[in-house]
Amino acid sequence: MTPLLDVRDLVTEFPGEDGKPLRAVNEVSLQLNRGEVLGLVGESGSGKSVTGFSLMGLVEKPGRVASGQVLFDGQELTAIDAKTRRSLRGRRIAMIFQDPMMTLNPVLRIGVQLMETLHAHVKISHREARIRARDALGMVGIPSPEERLDAYPHQLSGGMRQRVAIAIALLHSPDLIIADEPTTALDVTIQAQILAEFQKLTEQQGTAVIWITHDLAIVSGLADRIAVMYGGRIVETGPIASVLESPRHPYTRGLIRSVPSENSRGSRLAQIPGVTPSLSRMPRGCAFRTRCERATDACAMQPEATGTELDYYRCFHSYEQA
Amino acid sequence: MTVTATSYDSAPLLELRKVSRRFGASPDLAARVSIALGVAKPPPVVYALDEVDLIIKRGEVLGLVGESGCGKSTLGRIAAGILNPSDGAVYWKGLDRAGLEGKAARDADLAAQMIFQNSMAALNPRMNIEALVGEAASIHGLIKGDRGAYVDDYLNKSGFDPTMKRRLPHQFSGGQRARVNIARALAVQPEFLVCDESVAALDVSIQAQILNLFMDLREQLDLTYLFVSHDLGVVEHISDRVAIMYLGRVVEEAPVAEVFARPNHPYTQSLLAEVPRIKPGKRRFETVKGELPSPLAPPPGCHFHPRCPHAYARCKTEIPVKKEIAPGHFSACHLNDQ
Repeated sequence: MTPLLDVRDLVTEFPGEDGKPLRAVNEVSLQLNRGEVLGLVGESGSGKSVTGFSLMGLVEKPGRVASGQVLFDGQELTAIDAKTRRSLRGRRIAMIFQDPMMTLNPVLRIGVQLMETLHAHVKISHREARIRARDALGMVGIPSPEERLDAYPHQLSGGMRQRVAIAIALLHSPDLIIADEPTTALDVTIQAQILAEFQKLTEQQGTAVIWITHDLAIVSGLADRIAVMYGGRIVETGPIASVLESPRHPYTRGLIRSVPSENSRGSRLAQIPGVTPSLSRMPRGCAFRTRCERATDACAMQPEATGTELDYYRCFHSYEQA
Repeated sequence: MTVTATSYDSAPLLELRKVSRRFGASPDLAARVSIALGVAKPPPVVYALDEVDLIIKRGEVLGLVGESGCGKSTLGRIAAGILNPSDGAVYWKGLDRAGLEGKAARDADLAAQMIFQNSMAALNPRMNIEALVGEAASIHGLIKGDRGAYVDDYLNKSGFDPTMKRRLPHQFSGGQRARVNIARALAVQPEFLVCDESVAALDVSIQAQILNLFMDLREQLDLTYLFVSHDLGVVEHISDRVAIMYLGRVVEEAPVAEVFARPNHPYTQSLLAEVPRIKPGKRRFETVKGELPSPLAPPPGCHFHPRCPHAYARCKTEIPVKKEIAPGHFSACHLNDQ
């Protein structure tokens, strides 16, 4: 079966201060089947968001997708013109951002923004668009959707705004949704509501999802597979259960163990020493080696992926799979 | 005097008694006249805290949990002495803080320090690290001898390399700035730290470093913490006791293991059900219905009743009182009377 999304060796570069290009996304390969949920996990500066932007063709100049392939349903996305891309965006691939105010226009009513998205891709009457917009709001759990159509974004709470953003993303039942930390700014109870709605709707519609987050706990309950990024590369990927239960890469392992939990009470947390290096100071070879307790001289070389296409890690000194 | 001395020692470090805090515009004369004449409405008042009783014992870490807008930061600020309560009293080591004067008042102020969420906003961008950490300590005459050595000592304690102390805050990462904020708070030799979402903005691996630092400092310097956070995982890790707030009231208070094992208040139960944990395998995310009501017009009776699955008639009219339901476990819910 051909995957819905097949990303090969994607490289996204930004010019550095000395003019040399810096690789924010470095040879990233991803595969995603229809209806599958991939958790793309990493800390700030790991390149997870830029990966999402690259797939959507939203990398702003002077940044650029320098090389690699993005095959979406058999179509090469890195080579298409702006018009074709626009016909895909919002209809077949949609994105949800961390801050819904980035998606929503503050001076337009919610209803207008939903209807605008509908009219961009389908020829329907104003009346029909309004009905579909209302139903979309109802679907994401917004109470009294009819009245809400006339509300402005600032009149809604953060959780409600994010629901509106999700409703817009789901309007055309896209094949793929890229969700970039959409619940990070929300309270736990609201986060759980949004996750529940999102999970239900994407399952109903058979939507594939790339869920970008720093929060392993959310991904653990939501995703089928996980990809962990560090320094612009995917350092480990695989089925969610096996990666979380027996991580092979020292970074994945450190990340999981540094999350406070019921078992860590009263004891020290396992901590990864140091900080993520900036792009211009990324060590040669394995980017993690300066913070890694297992690093040796061998790590000055870039470790190749070990394993299969969907289940691999990049490390010379990996932990055994249990 | 011995009697006073013992009661002084046995008193909790900090005690809030029926502390309320309201925020709202205070109407000027013209506005007051027009309100009195009935031609204008009184200005809206936010009830951030509503008769909160809370005790913080010496040496403990009290975790304060709640959703945004529940008043937990206001409570933290009152505990740190940055805000004054509208009603009620704050007792510092058994003495009413409002009644303290002169040196006693200053000592009480210095002994309680706060560490804020946004480390950049909390540091003057034009002062270097040494000046930031040393300023308060030198003003209060705590530095005997060399300021540089004094500052270095506290930077080291906070895990910040003192050789970088001539740099400005913007030259550091969020984790390093968090350490500077901690060093600055420690430099006035406090006994009590209020951490208001101090690790919320940090990456997981950096958060772990800072949480470990808090635990180390607690042992080294015999500190007491009020740890305000929305992150239940962090609170569970670091706290001895936990207080849960909902819309300006503390609804439940218990030792950490007790509250996570046997949450009593329906709000606590629903909140804990949603603690995201690393547990592989797809699961259904459960939901509490609705959102936090506006603190401008809180619901009558128990504030949680519009969202509570067990609410009955009494909850809509009568405010539940916090009662001890097990040793050290307090909850404010009418269901416990049935």
